[in-house]
Amino acid sequence: MILDEIKEALIEGNKEKVKSCVRQALDAGLAPSAIINDGLISGMQVIGVRFRNEEIFMPEVLVAANAMQAGMNIVKPLLIGDVEIASKGTVVMGTVKGDLHDIGKNLVIIMLQGSGFNVIDLGVDAAAEKFVEAVKQHRPQVVGLSALLTTTMAQMKRTVEALKQSGVKVMIGGAPITKKFADDIGADGYAPDAVTAVDLTRELLGLG
Amino acid sequence: MSMNADAKQQYQASLNRVLDAIKLKEPDRVPLIPVVEAFPYYYAGLTIQEGMYDYHKAGAALDKFYADFHPDLGWDPVLMYPGKIMELLDMKWFQWPGRGIEDPNSMYQYIEKEYMTEDEYDELLLDPTHFIQSKWIPRSFGALDGLKYLALRDSIWFGFFNTFPVFGRKEVQDSLQTLLKFAEEMNKWYTFLGEYDKKMENEFGVPLAYGAWGYAPFDWLGDTMRGTVPILRDIRERPDKLLAAIERFTPIAVEASINGAKASGRPFVWVWLHKGVDQLMSKEQFGKFYWPSLRQYIQELVDAGLTPFIYVEGSYHKRLEFLREVPKGKVVYDFEDIDMFEAKKVLGDVACIAGNVPNALLSYGTPAEVEEYCKKLIDVCAPGGGFMMDTAAMVDDAKPENMQAMFKVTREYGVYRR
Repeated sequence: MILDEIKEALIEGNKEKVKSCVRQALDAGLAPSAIINDGLISGMQVIGVRFRNEEIFMPEVLVAANAMQAGMNIVKPLLIGDVEIASKGTVVMGTVKGDLHDIGKNLVIIMLQGSGFNVIDLGVDAAAEKFVEAVKQHRPQVVGLSALLTTTMAQMKRTVEALKQSGVKVMIGGAPITKKFADDIGADGYAPDAVTAVDLTRELLGLG
Repeated sequence: MSMNADAKQQYQASLNRVLDAIKLKEPDRVPLIPVVEAFPYYYAGLTIQEGMYDYHKAGAALDKFYADFHPDLGWDPVLMYPGKIMELLDMKWFQWPGRGIEDPNSMYQYIEKEYMTEDEYDELLLDPTHFIQSKWIPRSFGALDGLKYLALRDSIWFGFFNTFPVFGRKEVQDSLQTLLKFAEEMNKWYTFLGEYDKKMENEFGVPLAYGAWGYAPFDWLGDTMRGTVPILRDIRERPDKLLAAIERFTPIAVEASINGAKASGRPFVWVWLHKGVDQLMSKEQFGKFYWPSLRQYIQELVDAGLTPFIYVEGSYHKRLEFLREVPKGKVVYDFEDIDMFEAKKVLGDVACIAGNVPNALLSYGTPAEVEEYCKKLIDVCAPGGGFMMDTAAMVDDAKPENMQAMFKVTREYGVYRR
């Protein structure tokens, strides 16, 4: 079946095949939401499981995510109504104020999008107020904060405090961050890598 | 400059300590080789912006650090890169307080982008020098954009009729003027560093840690050319071209490090590792794409009489077996995130190990916690020699009392013989 073909092509990271299969599926009259959920996202779920089991690694995940993006670019414009219909939830992501590093944050975003979450990317050097504003505007369930420098870890504390009233869950990560630091500043969770960040997001959303 | 007999003695004792540890022999005590980045400047109350824009101020701040701390290997103010001089170039992949970063106390930061696209491998492979000059340099430095017009490789026979007139273009001339100005300012800075190096030796008795810097061939391509995500995709999408480019870069990386060490006359080459970490590729991929060229690079440096200090940034739990494949007693592995007990077990008879005191602990922990951590490291790694005390990553904003705790416990508890 064509949805299985999409899924398999995505797992292989075959971008061109994903694109042609998605077009085929649309021609056959399949609903865009079915292509996303039962083709693309279910393929990325397999990728996530295999990554956790260390059967595959980041290069395979990234080519799969790239293939997913190529498929999404075709289907997304055809979705009727809000795109978030096909989303499991919304996550606001950003690197905290004073920190311009974005490699880790971008890997988390790739993995979250691949797992069906809608991600709002605040970029780098994002002040606490910017996160507060984004939470008001986008109503995310989870906010993810990233930092690479020990000097900007203090900004995480500020941002967590600023977000406290909104009730949104906050996860943090980045090279110098530890579980203990996350607990100390009152964050809801800590993820040491991009895949754990997805697991943590699910957990915080009660998705199991 | 005063010649201080105590300093001379201390200098020699420190150097011997380090050399013994590298040779896998027991020195008198565990050497202290913390790679301090912003720490001395924060410690002296200087902002990063001041340090980067007035290198004499940076030197004065470092004086305070060396007056209070006595490491066995030290850094001159080289890590306070000269802001004004770099401004001349309009660097694209670097931001610092004064250029792009608001907070004068923030550390400078590296901005990753694709400075070489996925379809440019053939061009790079055909002629790396031309690619770097006509593409990478103009993309990296706004003020050197004019260099993209130069194609000197086409000058053979009467080719120069076509390639030389381009020096008449204003864009080319502007870029060349910038380079002249840059070279002049840079040489002043180097003179200053050279003077500071003498001061370290003669007044503070601290040997300079570095003779040259280097990078793994994979990182050479991955850090400032392709970028993390693109080069990881290349592993899957164009593995042959990636391998060819790494192979092409390996002798260039070797040459650059050997030339750097020759110019300084000092044998320690610090090699900063980035993209081979556990999280970014499998063991097989590391063994195919990252390690062979790095191993060759290390071997050739050792053959040239140099000592590679492999500064292993990030997590390397699954790479230890590879790291054994180097000449015995000639290499230092300075780790960030690893099980040091395992590292000692696997590498102990081959290479000197160092590092691993967590930076978050130094920033947010207590002296007692630091002391306990360092004691454990000494218990596990010091026996038999081949161990040096260093922090996990370069130190910025550690609490001074925590740095003092690391120094104190190493001096007192890290003693082999009195």
